[in-house]
Amino acid sequence: MQLNREQLLAAYRMMRTIREFEDRVHTEFSAGGIPGFVHLYAGEEASAVGICMNLDDRDKIASTHRGHGHCIAKGCDVDGMMGEIFGKENGLCGGKGGSMHIADLSKGMMGANGIVGGGPPLICGAALTAKTLKTGGVAVAFMGDGASNQGTTMESYNLAKAWMLPVIFVVEDNGYAESTASNWSVSGTQLGRAAGFGIPAVQVDGLDFFAIYDAAHEAVERARNGGGPSLIHGKLNRYYGHFEGDAMTYRGAGEVERLRRDADPINFFRQRVTEAGLLDAGQLDAIDTTVQAEIDGAVVKAKGAAMPPAATLLTDVYVSY
Amino acid sequence: MSKKSYRQAINEAIAQEMRRDPRVVVMGEDVAGGQGAPGEDDAWGGPMGVTKGLMPEFGRERVLDTPITESGFIGAAIGAAATGLRPVADLMFVDFMGVCFDQIFNQAAKFRYMFGGKAVTPVVIRTMYGAGFRAASQHSQCLYPIFTHIPGLKVVIPSNAYDAKGLFIQAIRDDDPVIFFEHKMLYDDIDEVPDEAYTIPFGEANLTREGEDVTIVALGRMVKLANEAADALKKQGVSCTVIDPRTTSPMDTDSILESVEDTGRLVVVDEAHPRCNMATDISALVAQEAFRALKGPIRMVTPPHTPVPFSPALEDIYIPSTAQIIAAVKATMA
Repeated sequence: MQLNREQLLAAYRMMRTIREFEDRVHTEFSAGGIPGFVHLYAGEEASAVGICMNLDDRDKIASTHRGHGHCIAKGCDVDGMMGEIFGKENGLCGGKGGSMHIADLSKGMMGANGIVGGGPPLICGAALTAKTLKTGGVAVAFMGDGASNQGTTMESYNLAKAWMLPVIFVVEDNGYAESTASNWSVSGTQLGRAAGFGIPAVQVDGLDFFAIYDAAHEAVERARNGGGPSLIHGKLNRYYGHFEGDAMTYRGAGEVERLRRDADPINFFRQRVTEAGLLDAGQLDAIDTTVQAEIDGAVVKAKGAAMPPAATLLTDVYVSY
Repeated sequence: MSKKSYRQAINEAIAQEMRRDPRVVVMGEDVAGGQGAPGEDDAWGGPMGVTKGLMPEFGRERVLDTPITESGFIGAAIGAAATGLRPVADLMFVDFMGVCFDQIFNQAAKFRYMFGGKAVTPVVIRTMYGAGFRAASQHSQCLYPIFTHIPGLKVVIPSNAYDAKGLFIQAIRDDDPVIFFEHKMLYDDIDEVPDEAYTIPFGEANLTREGEDVTIVALGRMVKLANEAADALKKQGVSCTVIDPRTTSPMDTDSILESVEDTGRLVVVDEAHPRCNMATDISALVAQEAFRALKGPIRMVTPPHTPVPFSPALEDIYIPSTAQIIAAVKATMA
């Protein structure tokens, strides 16, 4: 799939935005400014961006506890996201959701999710809406290798196939479900599981934006054309712990440093597009600078924003009660 | 106006709303029945025949049989509701909440709050509950207190066919997630039910008997028994008000408190397990808000703290009886 210059620049910018956002949240969390549980997506950027660049306003995604990258890739406002993570009034959810529940339904982002495996059944429903109302939309369930072991996920494979829903299941396999290795916890293979349900599936290098983009393009086309669900299994890496504060003693000595040096998806992208003469390094450096300023601005706004007023404790439980 | 069963009243409510609003879809195990099978289509209409006839009228695109996959399809109903449909999902027996509860209480109930008021989840989850069918421990529970406990859910427990239709149409038109409890022993009960569509608002109790001596609050099938008890007591010179809250979330606490202010005595009849049920909840409400009006101790009529037994000999003594209600009323007056 040939991407034009604007698309390549947009892809790079989005991946850089996710990386900068996550690195900055890591720093701010360490400094004590962010309450609660935070799970970072750094290292996995090619997946969210490669998938979501195939989507449009008709399409829905369901995310995971590690959801910031999916939010950014689906177009959520970065200032609103940062405010939400800080628990402030300017947050996308008014500070009521936090990192694990960022959502913007107006962007087709149906929420990060604090329940592992919570998203796939919901995305079957979003796909059913698209099919019933004939919107032409598709629905993407992002999940980790951990969620791939949940019953809800396998029920969703079966339901999506039985109803022939326009769904794409994306297994982002970063090798660890919390501290437990996926090569121990996942029996059989992701592709074998999909095959068991008669769902077309492909394994991609989760560090290769272009491979993910192409796999998603094919799956989205299949879904839009009434061909039913597909599954994409990407092997990738997370640079931070399961949650912020995780000392990652379960990982190999020097593992993360080696991955950052030798297996970084953004470096791969940069190298590929500059060596092919599609973009030049100066353009990319300029994006880095812009993105850094944007994230700085988001942090400044989040820190300066008001806390949610006490009265909002009681609002938004029901539409009417 | 014509005589209709509780079953027909619910079927009519769904059919009329499906004709009015193309976003209303029905899904669940065997809601039509016969999908992919060599015999009859629309073979079941659900195990009690409540949704029979919908699929022939509205087609399989809007009346969706599902695999036996409660987490999958209840979650799908919730996801569909959050993206523009108004699904009516049939969780066949409420006892099956154990295999899909996450989707109900962590997803549907929380979306609006967690997402800062920007989500609506207009899903109705129909479910069958209650003892008396010899259906034993895993197909006979009430469990509505568990749903009532969860902020974000609305809980509806109709006690008769008229209420069932009006409350069901309200449930479909409501923008919040609604759990709609149908007592399996009420499906053949007949009432006068208007042919046209009508709604009954949530949170408005129905006073089925009016009296001066004792307030009896009863839910679902227990309203029938409470009415029988009140009628029998009247002949003995004791006049009772019977309050059917109709919905436990929201609940019409004002009607209960006002009645207790008048009578000074309260009996609560609840078919749910006795710990942390609606009887304890309503009793606590009255004890806190109307203590000075009470002339005697509050009495609760509930089953014992056991699973629902199978044998008719045991199930019959498990379920609260009219005689127990009469005895409880008399105990408040002793």
